[in-house]
Formats: sequence, structure tokens, C-alpha cells
Amino acid sequence: MKIDVSRVAQLANLPLTADEKKKLAAQLEETLTYIDQLNEVDTKNILPTSQVTGLENVLAEDIAQPSLTQQAALANAQATDKGFFKVKGIFSDE
Amino acid sequence: MNDAIDIKSLTITQAKKDLAAKKYSSVELTKAYLERIKKVEPKVNAFITVTEEEALKSAKEADAQIAKGEDKALLGIPLSIKDNFSTLDIRTTASSKVLDKYKPPYDATVLTKLKDSGMVMLGKTNMDAWAHGSSTETSDYGTTRNPWNTDHLPGGSSGGAAASVAADEAIAAIGSETAGSIRQPANWCGVVGLKPTYGRVSRYGVIAMGSSLDSPGPITRTVEDSALLLQILAGQDPHDATTSPTAVPDYLKNLKKDIKGLKIGISDDYFEGVDPEVKATVEQAIKTLEKLGAVVKKVKLFPPKYAIAVYTIIQRAEVSSNLARFDGIRYGNNRSTFGDEAKRRIMLGTYTLSAGYYDQYYNKALKVRTVIIENFAQAFKDVDVIVGPTSPTTAMKIGATEGQSMFGELADVLVEPSSIAGLSGINMPVGFSKAGLPIGMQIIGPQFAEEIVLNVAYQYEQENPLYKIKPEL
Repeated sequence: MKIDVSRVAQLANLPLTADEKKKLAAQLEETLTYIDQLNEVDTKNILPTSQVTGLENVLAEDIAQPSLTQQAALANAQATDKGFFKVKGIFSDE
Repeated sequence: MNDAIDIKSLTITQAKKDLAAKKYSSVELTKAYLERIKKVEPKVNAFITVTEEEALKSAKEADAQIAKGEDKALLGIPLSIKDNFSTLDIRTTASSKVLDKYKPPYDATVLTKLKDSGMVMLGKTNMDAWAHGSSTETSDYGTTRNPWNTDHLPGGSSGGAAASVAADEAIAAIGSETAGSIRQPANWCGVVGLKPTYGRVSRYGVIAMGSSLDSPGPITRTVEDSALLLQILAGQDPHDATTSPTAVPDYLKNLKKDIKGLKIGISDDYFEGVDPEVKATVEQAIKTLEKLGAVVKKVKLFPPKYAIAVYTIIQRAEVSSNLARFDGIRYGNNRSTFGDEAKRRIMLGTYTLSAGYYDQYYNKALKVRTVIIENFAQAFKDVDVIVGPTSPTTAMKIGATEGQSMFGELADVLVEPSSIAGLSGINMPVGFSKAGLPIGMQIIGPQFAEEIVLNVAYQYEQENPLYKIKPEL
């Protein structure tokens, strides 16, 4: 099986160099070969487990709680404008 | 410096008595640790950030409270904190350049609890970047060195945490484990490392790796200190819906109970491929438990190699989701600043979760996870705990991870099955190799059986108090 590294990188929003892509392709194949061992385990009629302690539908009252101030929320941002996060334009390059 | 302070023999339990008896103050104690850090850090590199100013401020406040006769579980006690715990206004990197300048706007629940108990935080410890690894070699801030032999690795991902305790740079440390990240470095550094049941300790504010696995826990010199810290950390947290409503017992109450008649399981699979010196030392430790009255029984556990495959899929998938939030917009640097290991994991996780492969990989792994959980449940019908080596080898040399994309998984083969099942477990130091490196035994209990695990570990420690032996640095 061949992994389309460029497509996976695009899905992961990960900028990779040509060299990195080549190296990763080989390493990912190696890891996939290892995990293919799982096919030796019969899992017919077995349900998947996502939550190991068996908790289900943990709910909380929908009550507003104190939260971060605007200033605290923006304190680590690379770029801000008038109290908002500043991001690159989506429909333009501004 | 106050001569009454002998940091090489200190435990939390002892320091609390000394502080209460006014043998020394928390400021004096904190200064002694800060001096020790200055002295040995060039050799060990356990810390990313040392918070000297804040530590002295907390120590001063603690002294004022002690003077007023206040009694809190950690009042004036200096600890180190792994750098993946969010600390309000204090740089938190998770050892990645992505978060090089990040100062969290809030505390992790674990931090809130420790602060409320009066802790003095000495600083933030080094780890594998994002906790991805078992060596600290993937840290963007240099590798931590094993205090027992600085040419060797401390293990990881909580390598800085374990090394800080072994090197007496902190009385105890807080680490986190996804699969091995507390027990394996504790093993390689010769200290006690407790991995609580999944959901026993809140993950709120811990920089997430594998959300269905991550378990914060203590790394200490003694079992009593481990129980004391777990008591503070454990409990349900409204900020983490996966924390359990199961009642928290008094961990110190039954710690010293004898273990006569306790049933201990051993599985041949957990001794296969293990270094002969490690195997012999752990077998000796099991004999010690028998001498204490425990009954040893064989159990049949699912081969650990399948746990590696399950873990690799689940963890990489959860990593790719968790690291998706790092966009370089709200905080941190952009995604080109991820290191090689993080990129490798994000890519594999994205691939196994992508359309067409989800059933083949992720769903299959979740089903085998069920098989592993049921296998342990079956074994725990016959025995109270399961013991075996914590790792197949003693601490490997610096550089051992070079080009090894599965290094961590192979180093953690013996702890991954219990992590996948969300069980409780502890690493106990049980001896040293001829080369002078620590050897550890793990004690695994069912979910929420920390009390029993700690009890067995405590009884062993009374027979073989290895915490009294310290590395030369």
C-alpha cells in the first residue's frame, strides 16, 4: 500500500518539505506494517471501547461560568486588532 | 544554609514534620533546592524553566501560614511540575518550540489543587515534546540526562520529572502518563512513579496527547509520598467530564497493612525478551513479596505486542486531533515549528482516521482494546495485582532513539497494555544492574485499585528501601 503523503499533509494542514515527505513516506509504511499485526486478532462480535471506565453521557447544568477576559484570551496571540484575533483573509490575500 | 536540611534524605513526609517542628523554614528549604538545581542542572537538564522568584514568594507565604499554625497537606513543600501542565502566567512549552513563549491564562486543575495545598513550585520540567516519546530526546530544549549515569537517557516522556527527583532537585514531581510516561522514566531513574486509573486525576489544563489515555500522577522517592500526593490530586472535576465519580479512599489509611494472603499474578509473556539482569532482579523482588505472605499465581495475559499496535493507532489518532488546535493564531507559533516526531504522529493519525481507513485501523484498534480490557478483567478475577518488569531493559544510552520511529513503543511494551485498559500501576525500584543503573518492577491493579497497589509497593519498600541509595552527581 502506498500512502499519498502530500494529500495526508494537506488534510493535517502540515507544511512539509520534499525531503520530509520522502522520509515520512518510508517511516509511515514501516509503522503501518507493524500495526497490521492486529489482523491476527479475531474481533468478530466485539464492540469497540472509546471510554475505558464506562462513563456515558456526562452532563452539566447549562449555567454561565466566569471565564477568560478578552485581554487574557488575546494575550498570547501573534496579531490582534481592536480586541479581536487578526487572521489572514479567507477570500483575499489581505 | 541551614544545616538541618539534608536534601539527599528528604521526603515530603519528613519535610512536613521538620517544618512543623521549626527545624527550618520553607524559604530555607526552597533555597536549598534552588541551590541544588543551580549546581546539578548543567549535568542533568531536568528543567526547562526554573521559577526562582515565584518559588521564594510562595515559600514566604507558606512560612507565614505555618507561623499561624495552619496545616495543609503540602504547605511549604517544593515540587517540580512537568511542562505540559498549564501554569497561570508561567511559560508552558510542553517541550515544543510551537509553545516557546506561551504563558497560559489559567491553571490546570492539578495545579489549582497543589496550590490550594500549599505547594511551592520550583519550576517546569523537561519532557519529550508534546509527551511524544520515552527518552526526552524529542524535546526541543535538549535531552535530560540520567542522574545515575549522565551518558544514559532518563526515559520519558516525564524524564525531567523523574530525573529531578533522582537528582534531589525537588522533593517530588508531578508527571503525566499516556502509556509509560510516568512508570518508565521512574524505572530508569530509580524512583517511585504512580500511574493512576484513567479518570482518577483531572486532565483539565494538561496539554493533551491521547485524551482517552492521559493520566497525571506523582513521581516520588517513597511510596508514602506517592499516596500523599495522589490524595491531593484524585477526584472528580467538573472541568473534565471523563473524571470518575467513584469515591476517593484514604490512601494513607491502609498503606501499612500486611499483605499476607494477597494474590499476585505473573505472566510469562511479560518476561519474554527481557534483559536477563532485569528478569533476575524482578524475580528476586517477587520472592520478597512471597516472603511477606503474598501468594504468587500464574495468569495468562494477552501478548503485549498487540497492545503496541493498538496503542500506536489510538494514540496517533488522538494526537492528530489534539494537535490540530495549534494554528499559530490564538497562541503559539505556526505549524511549521512542529518537530519531526510530532509531524510523524500527526501524519499517521490523520491517515488512519481518513476516509476509507477508519474501520481498518481506528475501529479495529478500539475493538482489540475491548479484548485487552476483558483479558485483564478475567485475570483480576483470580489475583489482586499483577507484577512484572516495568521495562525490558535498564536506561539506554543517549542517542538510542536515532532513526527509531517505534522506539517508545518498544521501550514501553510492558506498560502499554495496562494503559490501554485504563488500569492503575506503579513502578517500584527493586535493584541495580552491574553497571549501576536502576531496575524497576511494576505492580498493576484493576481500575481504582490504587490503594492496593500502593499497599503492596509500601510493604516491598520496607524490605528493600532503595530510596536511601542516591546517585553521585
